[in-house]
Amino acid sequence: MSFGHFARRPLFGIVATALCMGTLGSPAPAADTVSVGVLQSLTGTMAISEVTVKNATLLAIDQINASGGVLGKQIVPVVEDGASDPSMFAQKAQKLIQQDSVVTVFGGWTSASRKAMLPVFERFHSLLWYPVQFEGNECSPDIMYSGAQPNQQILPALDWAEQKGYKSIFLLGSDYVFPRTANLILKKHIEHDGKTMAGEEYVPLGGSDFSAVINKIKLAKPDIIFNTLNGDSNVSFFKQMAAAGLPSAKLPVMSFSIAEQEAKAIGPTLLEGSYAAWNYFQSLPDPVNKKFVAAYQAKYPGSPVDDPMAHGYLDVYAWAAAVKKAGTFDSEKVRKAAQSLAFFDVGLGQTKFANNQSLVQTAYVGQLLPSGQFKILWQSKGPIVPVPYDPLSFPGKTCVL
Amino acid sequence: MSESTLVAGQLFNGISVASILLLAALGLALSFGLMRVINMAHGEMLMMGGYLTYLSVSAFGKSTGFAVGLVVAFVGTALFGAFMEVTLIRRLYGRPLDTLLATWGVSLILQQAARSIFGPIGVEVTAPPWLSGTLSLGGTALTGLSIPAVRVFIIVLAAIVLGGVGLIIARTRLGLLVRAVHANRAIADALGTNTRAVDLAVFALGTGIAGLAGSALSLISPVTPTVGQSYIVYAFLVVIVGGLGSLAGTLAAAVLIGVFSAGAQIFTSQSFSDVLLLLCVIAFMQFRPRGIVSQSSRALEEG
Repeated sequence: MSFGHFARRPLFGIVATALCMGTLGSPAPAADTVSVGVLQSLTGTMAISEVTVKNATLLAIDQINASGGVLGKQIVPVVEDGASDPSMFAQKAQKLIQQDSVVTVFGGWTSASRKAMLPVFERFHSLLWYPVQFEGNECSPDIMYSGAQPNQQILPALDWAEQKGYKSIFLLGSDYVFPRTANLILKKHIEHDGKTMAGEEYVPLGGSDFSAVINKIKLAKPDIIFNTLNGDSNVSFFKQMAAAGLPSAKLPVMSFSIAEQEAKAIGPTLLEGSYAAWNYFQSLPDPVNKKFVAAYQAKYPGSPVDDPMAHGYLDVYAWAAAVKKAGTFDSEKVRKAAQSLAFFDVGLGQTKFANNQSLVQTAYVGQLLPSGQFKILWQSKGPIVPVPYDPLSFPGKTCVL
Repeated sequence: MSESTLVAGQLFNGISVASILLLAALGLALSFGLMRVINMAHGEMLMMGGYLTYLSVSAFGKSTGFAVGLVVAFVGTALFGAFMEVTLIRRLYGRPLDTLLATWGVSLILQQAARSIFGPIGVEVTAPPWLSGTLSLGGTALTGLSIPAVRVFIIVLAAIVLGGVGLIIARTRLGLLVRAVHANRAIADALGTNTRAVDLAVFALGTGIAGLAGSALSLISPVTPTVGQSYIVYAFLVVIVGGLGSLAGTLAAAVLIGVFSAGAQIFTSQSFSDVLLLLCVIAFMQFRPRGIVSQSSRALEEG
C-alpha cells in the first residue's frame, strides 16, 4: 500500500505531512492517507455540468478531512478527466483502480459514460458512486446509484400533473437512451391512469429545428409537455415555442434535464414559469442544505447548486459513513454497509440507500423564477423507495444486491 | 388547429427550412462549382456569423444590434474567407483531398476556439422587437396557423441574397469573369483574366453569405461551437442534388429538400424523416448523378 511505502522514507513523509497541513489546514497523521477517484468530464460538451459535480465532490472530501478524515486517514482525491467521451471514462476508471489504487470512484454523468465504466468496475470489483438521475433498468452490485430512479423523478412528476388536473400529456425528448426509456415508462403509466398521451416526438441530440414538432403540439393541444430534451436543444425549443405564441405561461412544460446550472446557462428569462422535477433544489429550506449551499458558495461565489451536485456531495458522505460502519475500505463490505445505513440528511432531506443500492429520497416539483431559482410547489409524501425496474414497463424483473 | 392547417404549416416550415439551407449552401455551390474546393469549414462560417451577430447585439442592443450584426457577420466572415483563401486554399488548388483535410482542420480549430472563447453552451441572440411577433391567419380556412415573424424575415433575406447573387453573376463585370472562369479556366486565364482574383472574390462572397446564414440562424436557435455541423451536411446535399455551380439548381434543391423533410415529418419523426430524405437522395443520384440542373463545364470534366 502506498502509505507503507511512505513510511520507509522519513524525509518524504515529513514533506508530505507538511504539504497536507498546508493545503488542508488541519493536522494529519503522518502519511496516513487513502486515495479515492473523482472522474468527471472537465473538458468537452459535458464539462459545463460535470465540473460543478466534481467541485461538490471535492468540497465533501475537504469537509470530511477537516473533521478528521475516515478511519483516521485523510482522503486524497485523484481527479481525472472523462473528456465527455464514454470510452475515455472506461480508460480512466481502469487507470484510477490499477495505477492509483483508489479504494472507490465518484463520477459519471451520462448513461453512456456509466454503461462504459460498468464492465471495468465489475471486472475489478471496485465501487462506483454515480450521482445523476437516470432511466433505471440497470442493477449492478458495483455501482451505488444515488441519482433518481424513474419512480423518484418522472413518475412523481406525472402524479403531480394528474393531481393538477392535466389530462393530456405530450412527450418530447432528445433521441437517445434516457428520453426513450423514460417515455416508455411514462406511456405505460399514462395509459394505466386513464389519461391521454397527446403525442410523442424525438429530435436528434443537439437538434435545433422544432417547427414540425411545434406544429404537431398545436394540433394535439396537450395540457402539458413532458420535456426530456438535453442541453442546447432546450434553447431552440423554448425560443421557437415563444416565437410561435406558446410561452410556458400558456402551455406548461415540465422538464427533467433543466436544473439550476442549465437554467443559468440557458437564461432564466426564456424558461421562466416552466416546471422541473428533481430530488433537490438549491431553494430547499432544510437548514443542512443552507449550510451546504453556503459552504459551496464560499468556495465558488455566485455559482448555483443543483441536484447532481448535491448527489455528488451526498455520495462522499455516504461512502465515509459506510466505511466507518464496515471498519474497512473493502468494496464488498462497504457496499453492504452502505445498504444498512440509517436515514441521514446532507441537504436533500432524509435519505438512505436501499438494498438495490439506489437512494431512498424525496421528489420535488419546482417552478423556475426569473432569478434562476426554483420555487418548490410540491413534494412527495416522504422519501420514495427506488424501483430500478418499473413493474408496468418491465414486469417480473427485480433488483436485490 | 386542424389537419389541413398542419399540412399548410408544414409547407410553410419546409419553405422556411429551405431558405436557411439555401443561405448555407449558396457559398458552397459557388466555390465548389467554380473552384472545385470542398470547404469543410463552411459550417464554421455560419457559426462565426452567429457569434458576430451575438457580439453586435451585445454591443448595440437588441434593436439596432441585429441590423448591425447582419452587416458585421457578412463582412467579418467574408474577410475571414478571403484570409483563408489567400493563406491556405490558394496553395492547395488541384489537390481536392488535401483541401478537404486542411479545411477540416480549420473547422476543428474554429470550433475549439469558439468553445474556449464563448464556452461549450451556446450564446443566445434575442430577436429584435420588430421581429418577435407572429402573423396569424385567423378567419380563413387556416385558422390557428400562426407564422413566426422571424421565419418570414429569413425567407425574405434568402430571397434578397439569391436575387443579389443572381444579379452579380448575370449583370456585373465580376459575374462575367466568374462565368468565363467557370466555363473554361485555361482559356479565361489565357485571355488575361486574373483567375486568382476571381477565385478570391467568389470564395469571400460565399463565406460572407454563410455568415449571413449564421446571423439568420441565431434568431431561431442558440449559437454553439458546433452549430455549423448540423447544417453542413444538408448544405452539401443541396449542392449535390442541385447540380454543381448552378444557382437555379441550388434553389430548386433547397426547396425540394426543405419541403420534403417538413412534409415527411407530418407522418413520422424527425430522425426517420432524415433517413427517408437520405434514401431518396441516394436513389435520385442514381438517375441524375449531375443533379437537377446539370451543366457541362470544363472545370468539372478535368481531373
